[in-house]
Amino acid sequence: MKLWSQFVWCAAILLAVSVSVRPVSGSGPGDSSTGLRSAASRGLEWFGDIGVFSWSLIKDALTPPYELRELIRLMDEIGARSLPLVALAGSAIGVVLSLHTRDSLARFGAKSMLPSLIVISIVKESGPIITALVVSGRVGAGIGAELGSMKVTEQIDAIEASAVNPYKFLVAPRVLACMLMLPLLTIAADFCGIVAGWIANTIVEPMPLKLFVTMGLEQSGFGDLLPATFKTVVFGFIIGIIGCFQGMRATGGTEGVGRASTGAVVLSSLFVILADVVLVRLILTLFPL
Amino acid sequence: MNIEAKADDSAIRLQGLSKSFASQHVLDSIDLRVRRGETLTVLGRSGSGKSVLLKLIIGLQKPDAGSIEVDGQDITRISLTELNNIRKTIGFLFQQAALYDSLTVEENVAFPLRRHTTLRTAERTDRVRELLARVGMEAEVRKMPAQLSGGMKKRVGLARSLALDPKIMLLDEPTAGLDPITTAEINELIQDLQQERQMSFVVVTHDMLTVNAVANRVVMLYKGRLVFDGAPGEMKDSGHPFVSKFLREAEGRD
Ligand SMILES: Nc1ncnc2c1ncn2[C@@H]1O[C@H](COP(=O)(O)OP(=O)(O)OP(=O)(O)O)[C@@H](O)[C@H]1O
Ligand SMILES: [Mg+2]
Repeated sequence: MKLWSQFVWCAAILLAVSVSVRPVSGSGPGDSSTGLRSAASRGLEWFGDIGVFSWSLIKDALTPPYELRELIRLMDEIGARSLPLVALAGSAIGVVLSLHTRDSLARFGAKSMLPSLIVISIVKESGPIITALVVSGRVGAGIGAELGSMKVTEQIDAIEASAVNPYKFLVAPRVLACMLMLPLLTIAADFCGIVAGWIANTIVEPMPLKLFVTMGLEQSGFGDLLPATFKTVVFGFIIGIIGCFQGMRATGGTEGVGRASTGAVVLSSLFVILADVVLVRLILTLFPL
Repeated sequence: MNIEAKADDSAIRLQGLSKSFASQHVLDSIDLRVRRGETLTVLGRSGSGKSVLLKLIIGLQKPDAGSIEVDGQDITRISLTELNNIRKTIGFLFQQAALYDSLTVEENVAFPLRRHTTLRTAERTDRVRELLARVGMEAEVRKMPAQLSGGMKKRVGLARSLALDPKIMLLDEPTAGLDPITTAEINELIQDLQQERQMSFVVVTHDMLTVNAVANRVVMLYKGRLVFDGAPGEMKDSGHPFVSKFLREAEGRD
């Protein structure tokens, strides 16, 4: 593909996103401006604001003191408590993949490819993206609502008034916990997906798990696993930062908290998928097959 | 009282302070000085900008114009680190208390101590119990804020604002929503703190009992300006119609 055509695609996506961001970005009541132009400019404003937000977060997060206690608590909250959900979603994907591909492969007489196909598609794409979407639903909404309600009840002001930086104390550990836990959750989802895929396959045509995995790994290796798993660090950053950003700018009572939480889920899912497009392209360039 | 002794003896000094929200001018070029050890009460109608004034003093909101000196430093011109050093010397009670919902009463009061002191756990617990005892909340240490009444939250908020032994206290309606007995207790606590620690207070209130019990000086905000500045006893001699009306209505209620 030519470089310029990719650029044009990016610009088009950016414009579309700017327009779609506006209704959910929660920019308070009272702005009744309509029209594509102002919608786009508000979307761009949102990008500017979240850019500034991320920058000040990165600056603050790098200087001591570090919030280790908070970080550990949040890693448990975000990571361990999302595990059942992520494991279930991963297993479901494993079963679905096995059901679908079995028939198609049988038609081409390539049934022996089944394990590789399941392993590759789970490890390279389904596992990471499903994990990120499930987490952005559970954790994004949670962070958005939690920080949003702290904002509207002046608890964030109270933190500032007691000379504690809310970026360091609230935002940095949440973003970091998301970034650390997503790859781990992804590995769990991959594992469950592969095992569930094997189970679904074994019911129809018994095969030892060991053989299934050996066959599965014939066509793939760490070169597939590592970049695909580590790209979820970026997803974690997106989920954490958007949740915190939407929460910290909540205004207007309970309704504002609701908006913050909805905005966090919608925008983080959207940006996870868009980031995936860019990351997959990047991984293909950096780690050619 | 010898609070007039030194000319630069001000804890807080506001000059030409203005603040608007959109087209609404909340504060319009306010000049105000609070001396060390002085207790200033701020009166005014609902929505007149009393809470905004307190938030400006601790740097939670930025003024449109004017300067805010706290302890001799203009907080509109200093870095966040310097501002935070000043904030550690200020106790702030929010109008709605703003307790941290996810922490117990005890942890709420311990929060500033945990962040800014090196006290060991046992010492910290003692200090927290002592602070809570001062506001009569020692029996509820394990409760969550959601399990407290409005007045109880206020008192826990007051204990939290005292945790770091501040030099300046900014209290937003410390006795609103409290019964007369608890109100009297809170007023006594403020009087004790004035005497023991020579703290400076800015107290926003609607309650004339509190004004008479604790104030050295009263200012009244009206339409963005200070229409009265003087001793509590001088209020009835102020020629301003709004001040007279405020006083008349307040006395009618008591
Ligand atoms: N964050 C804000 N955004 C927009 N307007 C605000 C904001 N904060 C305060 N205001 C406006 O400023 C004015 C003063 O508000 P403030 O909270 O200081 O009133 P108050 O004197 O404390 O009233 P009360 O006695 O009811 O607490 C109000 O009219 C309010 O609408
Ligand atoms: Mg107020």
